[in-house]
Parts: sequence; C-alpha cells; structure tokens
Amino acid sequence: MSSKIIYLDNAATTKVDDKVIKEMLPFFSERYGNASSIHKKGIEAKETLEKSRKIIADSINALPEEILFTSGGTESNNLAIKGLALQDLNKKHIITTKIEHDCILNTCKLLEQQGYKITYLDVDEKGFADLNQLKNSITTNTLLVSVIHGNNEIGTIQDIESIGKICQEKNVYFHTDACQSYTKTEIDVKKQNISLMSLNAHKIHGPKGVGALFIKKGIKLTPIQHGGGQEKNKRSGTENIPGIVGFAKSVVIAQKNKKSIKEITKMRDYLINKILEIKGTQLNGPLGTKRICNNVNVSFSGIEGESIVIMLSEKGICVSTGSACSSKNLDPSHVIMALENNSERAHGSIRFTISKYTKKSDIDYTIKELNSAVNRLRKFSPLTHKLN
Amino acid sequence: MYSKKVMQRFTKPKFAKEMKDADAIGEVGNVKCGDIMRVYIKVKNKKISDISFMTYGCVAAIASSDYLCEIAKNKTLEQAKKITSKDVIKKMGDVPIIKIHCSVLAQDALKKAIEQYESKLK
Repeated sequence: MSSKIIYLDNAATTKVDDKVIKEMLPFFSERYGNASSIHKKGIEAKETLEKSRKIIADSINALPEEILFTSGGTESNNLAIKGLALQDLNKKHIITTKIEHDCILNTCKLLEQQGYKITYLDVDEKGFADLNQLKNSITTNTLLVSVIHGNNEIGTIQDIESIGKICQEKNVYFHTDACQSYTKTEIDVKKQNISLMSLNAHKIHGPKGVGALFIKKGIKLTPIQHGGGQEKNKRSGTENIPGIVGFAKSVVIAQKNKKSIKEITKMRDYLINKILEIKGTQLNGPLGTKRICNNVNVSFSGIEGESIVIMLSEKGICVSTGSACSSKNLDPSHVIMALENNSERAHGSIRFTISKYTKKSDIDYTIKELNSAVNRLRKFSPLTHKLN
Repeated sequence: MYSKKVMQRFTKPKFAKEMKDADAIGEVGNVKCGDIMRVYIKVKNKKISDISFMTYGCVAAIASSDYLCEIAKNKTLEQAKKITSKDVIKKMGDVPIIKIHCSVLAQDALKKAIEQYESKLK
C-alpha cells in the first residue's frame, strides 16, 4: 500500500492553506496582544481584529458591526437559536428542517424539552425544504426559522432568498447555517433577507476553532457565554486573534480563486458520472448549480457504508458515510432518511467532498479503488440479489 | 479504531462465500439496523464439517462473522452451540463497545443454523 493520502472529506474539515498559516504565525509570537488591552499591543490586536471583521462582513454584504466572532459553526448555531430564545421568552415556536446539522437539531431538542414547539420541515427527494409547509407553519408564536443553506451531507443548496422573503413577509427571524456553502456559492445577506447566519473557517482552508455569526443590525441577542463583555457584550472571551486572522485570509483567498470553483464543479460531476456507472448506485441530493460544488454523495445497494469507508481508507482514500455503524448512536443518517424512509440507502451512503487540492488523478484512483471495494463487499453480501 | 486482528479478517476473510449445498442456514439481523448475517453449515457425523457466511454490515460485523466460522469449524454441534460472543471477541481482540452487538449477531446466526439443521432431522 502506498502511503499517499487522497483526502476527499473536505466537508468534515480542510487542509489549512499555507498562505493562511503564514498570515497567522506572527500573531502567536510577535503580535500576541489582547484586543481588550488599552496599551500598544492591545491596540495592534484590536486593529487586526477589526480589519478581519471587515473582510468577513464585505464577503456577505454585511456591515462590520453585524459580525460576531465565535469558536466555530456549532457555537454560532447555538448562540443564534438560544440567544434569540432567551431574548424573547414569549414566542415559543421554532421552524427548522429535518436535514439540519446536529448542532441545530440538538439545540431545538433541548428547547423542545423546555416546552417549545418545533416544526421540522419535510424535504423533497432531492433535499429541498417544503416552502408551502413553511408558509403554513408560521404563526404569531413563531420566533425563528432556521434552515441550513448548503447541506453538509448531500450538498443541497436551499433557496434561501425565497425563505428569507417568506420570513420577512411574516415578520419572523431567519437564521441560516452557511458553514458548508460559504465562499462556494453566492451569499448576500441583504438580497437574501437573512437575519442571522453562521459561518466558519475550517471548511474553507482556514483554521479550526474560529467562526462567525452574522446578526442583522437591530436584532437583539441574549449572550449564552458571560464574562468580560467582548464582542459588544454578545460573546465574552478573549478574541482568538490568530484564528480570526487566518479566517479572514482564507476568505480573501477563496474570493480571489473563483476559477477553482469551476474546476471543482467539473471534477464533482466527473466523479458523480463515474460512480453512477457502478450498478446499484443512487445519487443523494440534486445535480447542477443547486448542489454544493464539491459534494458527491452516493448510496450503494447491498453493502454498508462503514465497510466501504474503511476499505478505501486502507488504500489511502479518506471519505465519510451516513451509516449508523460509524456513528456514536447507531442511527443512520437522518438526512438520507428524510429523503426517503429507506435504511439500506442511508446505511450505504458515502460522501466524497473534493477541494482545490484534489487532482483528476486522485479522482481516477478513487474510482478504481471504489469499484474494487464495492465488488469485494458485494461478493459476500446477502443482499446483492437485488442488483439483478 | 479497529485492532489489527479485526482489520486482517475484514480485508481478507477466510470464510466469506455462499454455500449452495449447505445442510442448514441461519440468518439474523435486518436492513434497518444495518446488519444481516447469514451462516451456512455442512454437518458430518454431528460435526460442523464446513461453514461459511455472507454478511451485510460494518467492519466488526464482517470480522466477527469470519472469526465465528473459524471457531465453529470442526466442532461438534453440541460444542458449537456453546460458542458465545465472548469467544468471538476473544479471538478478535479489542472492538469498540458499540460494536459488541455484532459479535452477538454472529453467535445468534450460528445457533439459528444449528436449530434449522436439528429441526430438519426431526
């Protein structure tokens, strides 16, 4: 076995760009000041912080004061929902979808235990949220609508502009988790009527442990983390300056590199077509521009995802699965199950997420090894009769 | 995540094949939980003379099916009935706690095959 690694799990996390690391390094050992300090070192840090904030704000057509730095997507999502809930204790209804990331679903479950009513919108067979159901679900008791922008498993990009419009007409807040779609597809908080949006750095070749929450001017949030009152009293804790600098740099690089989106999309479609040539396969999520440019998710009939992942891993290929057997709770992917109540499809789903570092030869090697893994596992599967 | 012993059998199972002329077959599990194990046995003089499996499931499910077959081969039916998941795990080395049910399935599949064989004799 060669020691080369082909990393196709870029929705889990990405390799930090060398230019990002270079940008971050001085902020550990030279420009290490605390942005709250009033001396020179503090001022230097504060200036860096605000410069970075403007970069993030500009990237989504927001104002700098509308950007709050956090520790990542999970914190941003928690703060958006819990912060709004604590701010307005009278409205006890939240609308979300069946295909959210666990940090949204588990936050909603907590509120459900506290007496909130949560509406989990259905999705169609490609993963698009039911907008009629959304319209009909909003009541005067509705606090918030939270819909993931680009789905982390199946890559479906929701029509957030229409959702934003519905929410604006009905006068409810609209939050979207854009951690997977950020810099990969157009985001404009004004045009798309977004009230709150979660972002993070480590999905876009930035560092782990840093993210942001966009909060539209005028929206009040009760903090869930208390302390020294950093980030305009909304999120206490010393700002992670090296992380924030890296985050901003990763955004700048992504914006300059629009060409790579086209190339990644081409590679995505090549991979999809090659995989669908294998018998007993089914694409999860849509095709075309409504799919995140780097996401491929396919279900293989008759075999289980964890076995495929481990077999590919033995060949140096890193992918992930929605199978129960790889999860901590033994439940298969709630996202695939929301598309169709079909356990075999959920257990047999594999996600490949490519990046700007992926080469066509990596994809070809992956297709070859995938064919071999699928054939080997199907040879002794008691379910393969279905293929014929 | 998985021990060397588990990985060896997962990548190169010794007993993974269909047995067209089996004397009895035991199948347990279902698609919903993500594991289906089918154990085939051939019996000669009350001994398991040949054994194989077909498994739909994770790495631990496939490895435990294979180890179970190795343990059961050439055992008398009475001895084979006494094989437990503990014996399978002992052979495999460490498995993650949430994967222990896989080796229980292997044991159940074999028991079912033996039951089917014995009920045919009646």
